Amino acid sequence: MRKLALSDEILLSVEKPARYIGGEFNAANKDFDAMDVNICFCFPDVYEIGMSHLGIQILYDMFNRWEGIYCDRVYSPWPDLDKIMREQKIPLFGVESQRPVKDFDILCVTLQYEMCYTNVLQVIDLSQIPLLSKDRGDDDPIVIGGGPCAYNPEPIADFFDIFYIGEGETQYQRLTELYKKVRREAGGDWRQQFLRQASHIPGMYVPSLYEVTYYDQGGMEGDNPAPRPELAGTIASFRPLYEDVPERIRKEIVTDVSDTYYPDAPLVPFIRATQDRVVLEIQRGCIRGCRFCQAGMIYRPVRERSIDFLKEKAVKLLESTGHEEITLSSLSSSDYSHLEELVNFLIDNFHGQGVNVSLPSLRIDAFFLDFMSKVQDIRKSSLTFAPEAGTQRLRNVINKGLTEEDILNGAALAFEGGWNRVKLYFMLGIPTETVEDMEGIPILADKIARRFYEIPKDQRNGRVQIVASSSFFVTKPFTPFQWAGMCTKEEFIAKARHVRNKFKEMRNAKSLKYSWHEADETVMEGVLARGDRRLAPAILEAYRMGCMFDAWSDFFHYDRWLLALEKWGIDIDFYNSRTRVYEEILPWDFLDCGVTKKFLWREWEKAQQELVTANCRMGCSGCGALVFGGGVCFEDKSEVR
Amino acid sequence: MKIRVKFGKYGGLKFVGHLDIMRYFQKCMRRAKVDIRYSTGFSPHQIMSFAQPLGLGVTSDGEYMDIEVNSTDTSERMIQRINAANVEDIRIYSYRLLPEKAKTGMAIIAAADYEVRFRYGCPFDLKEAWPRFMEQTQILIEKQTKSGKKETDIKPLIYEHYPMEDGLFLKLSCGSVVNLKPETVMEALYSFAGFTLGPLDLLLHRKELYGELAQKESEEHCFLALEEMGVDITEPMCEGQSR
Repeated sequence: MRKLALSDEILLSVEKPARYIGGEFNAANKDFDAMDVNICFCFPDVYEIGMSHLGIQILYDMFNRWEGIYCDRVYSPWPDLDKIMREQKIPLFGVESQRPVKDFDILCVTLQYEMCYTNVLQVIDLSQIPLLSKDRGDDDPIVIGGGPCAYNPEPIADFFDIFYIGEGETQYQRLTELYKKVRREAGGDWRQQFLRQASHIPGMYVPSLYEVTYYDQGGMEGDNPAPRPELAGTIASFRPLYEDVPERIRKEIVTDVSDTYYPDAPLVPFIRATQDRVVLEIQRGCIRGCRFCQAGMIYRPVRERSIDFLKEKAVKLLESTGHEEITLSSLSSSDYSHLEELVNFLIDNFHGQGVNVSLPSLRIDAFFLDFMSKVQDIRKSSLTFAPEAGTQRLRNVINKGLTEEDILNGAALAFEGGWNRVKLYFMLGIPTETVEDMEGIPILADKIARRFYEIPKDQRNGRVQIVASSSFFVTKPFTPFQWAGMCTKEEFIAKARHVRNKFKEMRNAKSLKYSWHEADETVMEGVLARGDRRLAPAILEAYRMGCMFDAWSDFFHYDRWLLALEKWGIDIDFYNSRTRVYEEILPWDFLDCGVTKKFLWREWEKAQQELVTANCRMGCSGCGALVFGGGVCFEDKSEVR
Repeated sequence: MKIRVKFGKYGGLKFVGHLDIMRYFQKCMRRAKVDIRYSTGFSPHQIMSFAQPLGLGVTSDGEYMDIEVNSTDTSERMIQRINAANVEDIRIYSYRLLPEKAKTGMAIIAAADYEVRFRYGCPFDLKEAWPRFMEQTQILIEKQTKSGKKETDIKPLIYEHYPMEDGLFLKLSCGSVVNLKPETVMEALYSFAGFTLGPLDLLLHRKELYGELAQKESEEHCFLALEEMGVDITEPMCEGQSR
C-alpha cells in the first residue's frame, strides 16, 4: 500500500481529500529511486482544473514512456490545506509518488493564464524551494515554465530557471539528456553549467543569462537618449550576457501532429474533473486570425491530425479510460477538414453504447443542427454564438468573420428546430469602440429575439431566452493589439452600465439578460500580460500579502494587488492605458513565434482602418509562420473546401 | 440478468466519497467491457445500485453493488477482468448471479459488521467498560429530529459484539429504516466511561453487509451475507438463455 504524505487527520479535515492521494487509474507509478531523472509537472491551480489539462496529459505520458525518467504531478493545494501545510511546515509533494517536490530534479510549471502567477509562487514556496531563481542552489530542482504565458515570461522571469517556448514534444528529450550528462560530469556546482548549456537548445530561454536596461522617466538610459519621447520608461536594451547565448529564441513546434506523442491511456481521476471526458485534440492552431486572440497567433500554423490517427485514438482512449463522453478539442472545430467524417464515425461507433459526443467551438449551421439533433436533447441545450462585438464595423476591426446574417440565419434554423435558448459572448473595450458599437450588443440580441417571434406561434417552442455576457478586453502579447491601450477600470464599468441600460430599452427586454465580468481582475490581467521584469517584486509582494487563486473571484483581492503595485512604484496606466509606438522594444520582442512583428503591425494598422484579412485557407497573408515548414502553409490550395 | 458484486476498499481510496465511487465503477465497468444494461431514454445510464454508502475515511472488506447485464462470462473470469480495470486499492471478491426476482442489496440490507479500532488508543479500559456498558437495560441516545430532541434506545440495534485484541467487533442494524452507525455506539460508550469522543479518534473498518431472512418482526433475526444470495457462474451466459 502506498504511504501518503499527509496524515489521516489532515486529509479528513480538508475539503475533497481525494485531490491529494494520487493513485488514479492509468497512473505511471514508476520507481522514484531507480530513475535517472524525476520530473514533477505542475498545474498551478486546484486539482480538478489541473487534471483537465490536455497538455500535461500528453507530456506526462511522453516522459513516462522514456526509460529512466519518471514524471509525477503536483497541483495547488486548496487554501484549507495550504494553511495546514504552512503551519506544520509540511513540504509539498507529488500526488502520485507522495515524495517532496524538492526531491525531484525538475519542476515543470504550465502557465495557462496570467492570474495563476501567485499560485506558481505558492507551489514553489510550499515545496520549500527558494522563490527566486538566483537563490537556488545545487540541491534545488530546476524550475521550468511553459505554456501560453511563457510568450511573455518577463513579469515572472525572476522565479524561473528556464522557460520552454513552444510545444513540449520536441526538445524535452535533449534537455533531460543534457541534464543527465551535466549531473554525471559536473558533480557539485552543476547548476550554472546546466543552465548555460540549456540555453543552446532551441526553444530554451534562460532569463538569468540576459540583461535588460530601461529609459528613465526623462527618456534617458545613462547618457543615451531615447529616439522618441514616447519611449520614456520603456526598455532601452535587451541582450544576452554572453556571446554563446542566443539573442532571439524561436518557439518549438511539432510539424507532423499525426506522428507524435499522444497518450493511449490518460489518467482518470477519482473526483470529477472539469473535463471528465476523453479529449481528442483534432488540430493545433487556427486559420482565422482574430486580432484579439493570442492563441490564434502563437499556435500558428494550423496543423491537422490525420483522420486515421484520430479514429484510432478515439477507440483506444474510450477503452482505456471508460469515460462516458468524448469531446473534440481545437480553437475552431468547424475548420477541421474531415470534421463530418470524424463526427459520423464517433456517433456511429459509440453513441449507441452510452457515450456522449460533444463538440465545442462549432459554427452554427445545418451540419451543427443535424449533429445536435442526433446527440443531444434539444430542450436542454442552448445555442452559443461569440460575435465578440456588437457591430459589423467593430467585428471588422477584430477580424471576426462572423456576420450578423450568419448569426440570424443560424438562430432562425435552430429556432425552427426547437431551440429557444441562446447565449451570446461579447467583449467591451475593444480598441476604436464607439457608443454605437456598444449599443450594437443589445440591438443584436433584440434582433435575434425578433427573429424568434417571426416564427408562427404553433411552430416555435414557447418563449425565447437570450443571455448576453461581456468580458472586458485585455490586450495580449503577440496580437495585433499588443500596441493598443486598454480601458481603465472606471471606463470599463461605465461601458457595461451603458450597455445594461440600453438592454432595458429593447422591445424584447423581457427575453434578454445581460451580465458582465469583473473589471478589477481584467485590469490586473492586463498588467501581468504585458508587464516586464520590473513587475516581479510586486507579484512577490502580492503573494506575501496573501494573494493566491487570483483566477477565483472569491479569492481575488484587488486592494492587496494595488498596495503591492504602489509599493514597488508600478503604474497601472503605464502598462495598460498607454498606446505603444512601433519603435518601442516590447518585453517579449526577443521571442520569435513565427508570426512577425511586421505582420502584427500591419494587422494593427488594418484594424484601425476597419479592413479584414483573409483566413489562411482563403489566401496567405504572409504572417511568417511559413518558416516552420508545415501545416496549412503547405496545403494544396487548389482543392475546394 | 442480475449480478451482485462484492468489493473491498482500502488505503487512499477511503478518501474517495460514495458519489465518486459510483462514478468510478461506471468507468470501471466500461473498461472491463462488462456487458452492462443501460436504462432507456435520451441519456442512458448503467443499471447499477450500491447496497450502502461507506463513510469517508472508512475502509471495507464487504461492499456491494448490484448490476444488470445482457451477457456474462464465468464469475472467475469476470472477477479477473474487473480487477484488471481497477486501481490497486479496490478489489472485487465475488461476482454472482442473483435470482431473477431478487431485490437489490439496497432494498434488503439489514445489518453490517464493523471492526472498531483506536487511532490514539482507547482512553479507558475497554475490556472492563464494554461489558458494563452492554449490561445496561437501555442505551439511550439523544437524536436531533425535525420536531426537537428525541431519545432512542440503541441497545436492540446492536446484534452482536465482542472486544477484540485491539478494538471491538460490532454487528449493527443497517439500512434505510433503522441505521446505527458505529460512531454513535462509540460516542455513547465514551460518554458512559466519562470521556468525549473526538472526530478522528476511531479507525473504522466494515467487514460485511447482510440481508434479513426473517419474514416477521416477531421472528428471531436471521442474517445472510449479501453475496450468499447469489450463485457463482460457471459457464458463460446470455440474457434469455434458460437456466
